Amino acid sequence: MIPELGHVALILCLMLALAQMVFGFAGAATRRTAWMAVVKPAAIGQMVFATVSFATLVIAFLNDDFTVSYVASNSNTELPTLYKVAAVWGAHEGSLLLWVLVQSGWTCAVALGSGRLPQVFSSRVIATLGFVSVGFLLFILLTSNPFWRLMPAAFEGRDLNPLLQDPGLAIHPPLLYLGYVGFSVAFAFAIAAMLSGDVNAQWARWTRPWTTAAWLFLTVGIALGSWWAYYELGWGGWWFWDAVENASFMPWLVGTALIHSLAVTDTRGLFKSWTLLLSILAFSLSLLGTFLVRSGVLVSVHAFASDPERGFFILLFLGVVVCSALLLYAFRAGRFTEQGKFDLISRETALLVNNVLLVSAAFVVLFGTLYPLINEALALPKVSVGEPWFNAYFVPLALVLMLFLGVGMHTVWRVSNASSIIRRVRWLALASVIGAIALPLLLFAHSKVMVVLGTAAALWVLLSSLSEFWVRRRRQAGVKMPRAMLGMLLAHIGVALTVAGVTYVSAYSDERDVALKVGESYALGSYTFILESVEQVEGPNYSAQEAVITLQNHGKTLARLTPQKRLYRVQKSPMTESDIHARLHRDVYVAIGEDLGGGSYSFRLQVKPMVRFIWLGALIMALGGLLALTDRRYYRERRTADAPEKASVAG
Amino acid sequence: MRFVLPLAVFLGLCVFLALGLGGNPQEVPSPFIGKPVPAFSLEDLDSPDNRVSTADYAGKPYVINVWGSWCPACYDEHPMLLDYAAQGDLPIIGLNWKDTRPDALRWLERLGDPYVANAFDPVGDAGINLGVYGAPESFLISADGIVLYKHVGPLTPDVWQEHFLGRIKP
Repeated sequence: MIPELGHVALILCLMLALAQMVFGFAGAATRRTAWMAVVKPAAIGQMVFATVSFATLVIAFLNDDFTVSYVASNSNTELPTLYKVAAVWGAHEGSLLLWVLVQSGWTCAVALGSGRLPQVFSSRVIATLGFVSVGFLLFILLTSNPFWRLMPAAFEGRDLNPLLQDPGLAIHPPLLYLGYVGFSVAFAFAIAAMLSGDVNAQWARWTRPWTTAAWLFLTVGIALGSWWAYYELGWGGWWFWDAVENASFMPWLVGTALIHSLAVTDTRGLFKSWTLLLSILAFSLSLLGTFLVRSGVLVSVHAFASDPERGFFILLFLGVVVCSALLLYAFRAGRFTEQGKFDLISRETALLVNNVLLVSAAFVVLFGTLYPLINEALALPKVSVGEPWFNAYFVPLALVLMLFLGVGMHTVWRVSNASSIIRRVRWLALASVIGAIALPLLLFAHSKVMVVLGTAAALWVLLSSLSEFWVRRRRQAGVKMPRAMLGMLLAHIGVALTVAGVTYVSAYSDERDVALKVGESYALGSYTFILESVEQVEGPNYSAQEAVITLQNHGKTLARLTPQKRLYRVQKSPMTESDIHARLHRDVYVAIGEDLGGGSYSFRLQVKPMVRFIWLGALIMALGGLLALTDRRYYRERRTADAPEKASVAG
Repeated sequence: MRFVLPLAVFLGLCVFLALGLGGNPQEVPSPFIGKPVPAFSLEDLDSPDNRVSTADYAGKPYVINVWGSWCPACYDEHPMLLDYAAQGDLPIIGLNWKDTRPDALRWLERLGDPYVANAFDPVGDAGINLGVYGAPESFLISADGIVLYKHVGPLTPDVWQEHFLGRIKP
């Protein structure tokens, strides 16, 4: 009975989303206040019913209700409770339901927070969000219903994919979806603005906090996914340029560009059509990512849930959403002409260059991801696209981006004095270069060109952010620095840390595949690994071979590491559970491999310097976003916002 | 006019996506199927002085397996390759792709060596000629040197039975 309630709730969601869409658009077009008044309660109702629907599926999982086909396929009585909940979004149907829940959550937040927006505008925003909801609800109800019954009921469930039985991955999809779906808000704001034909600084200011919020969730989601891949896939790699990873990275790159472009439109009233396009692109790439992951058009190490019929539906939906948005853009964008002027040397130029680089990087990733498709369609067999390809194109773009990122922080709006910038940055540049040459040699005794470039980029961004902070403190003593400014500086420091982490872990990782018998040891650098024992241990739904390894550094015992090779009983799939001795400056990573016979086991031993900086940097970026989000400036216009003023707010 | 450009680009993209939906990416219709295998002659992974070339294996059906020690999916595939090699139905030639010699040799030493020979392709030239876009990939070559089948991703027992053994043992 309970699953049917969930199903009914989902249908009610669809009805409410339809109402939200129809009355929102029609009400705004005909200026009927009564119709427009429908959207807010409809959005709240949709949120309530999506929650009910989601809750019923959670209950079905907690009760081991194997009469529900989806539960029987993805759970098991032996599965720990935490993973029973996480299993709700462990496969296609449930993760779509999560998408619907998150979408209704964002919509509801916009509906409740839209009090200060003109009614016509907010109706269109919520109607657009309703339109997106309708698509996803139809998708789930027509092709991917998680509430279908299984007759006769299964006696026992097939268990959750062991790869997903991990706390990191339990919260990874919700965060990622909060990011993906969050970009639908900026998208809806752009559509509403184009429909009303009025794009102004006020519009950009309304859009900014929503975009930053979506971006920060996506940042944390991606970092978490990378961290999970690092310790759970058993290889110590933290990024594979895999189609699924790329699917989340493209909206991130464009979303980052959007945040910066919105800053220009907000403060200077420029780049309007470009900002609109980025708003459309960020969400379109989120949808495209979903299509790539769900349709099975690309092979991926994550390959989960793929089905051509579903692929067709998403492609149709993607086509309708993106085409209608871009069509509207093609007709309307020409209207939004710029008023302000700026010099070649100015913050506007720096941000423009930054935007072009970020979008180029997104296109590189898009091209590389889709290359297999294009290749097959046109029978062009001449380029191999893999990790080396992505690195060859992405890394140079990223380095140039770092250069301009640093320069950009030293410029001011409209016109900057080149000689004063040079005066400010020369010591920073010199320090970065000297540091880039000296640091690797001091730390690791040898260096490479890429290390020098990477270190220089990281130091340049770090020092630029810090110096900007001090300069502002001194110049405006006693005045509190706006939180958006502090957030920006913090986020850039995060970028510097991530760049440093990537550089050092790529250049100085040391890894060995070795065969060890009990009692034997292996030395890697200053570290010694002693294999003490290999024993059989039993987990709740798996059995494992657990090795006990004593880790010593310069002969001093640091830790006892216990990597496991698990065999999950239901799915019969082996899983490598690595063990890591983590410190800020380096990880020591041990994974146990095959039983080689004769009491000998294969191990992968790795020392990975500064790998934590990659995720730490991402978290600091997100923290910067959070800080910027709390800036009062975004919420102050309450009294004056009823009539969006034409004049741009001068920075 | 420039504002129409994004729409045009997107429509073009949709065409490729729609085409992509038709096929199963695990069994990519490689343009080489039914054509002679692009010949290669590369350094032997074990001993740089020897060469491994497609010509040496003509006369009997064989498999070319593209792998690299950097590739997680190859690691998953490896135990199965060892099984197939032990069964001895088809000789497997390795194409060690975009790898370094020490890494590749260490991998074979630790995990076992299912290959009758390994061609060393550090830059990926031979891989490009074969239309490889990722590892692992496996090609079934007939006795007269024609590409019969291409599989993208790790070989599974089903694929091996149906598409590899099935095509040489009627």
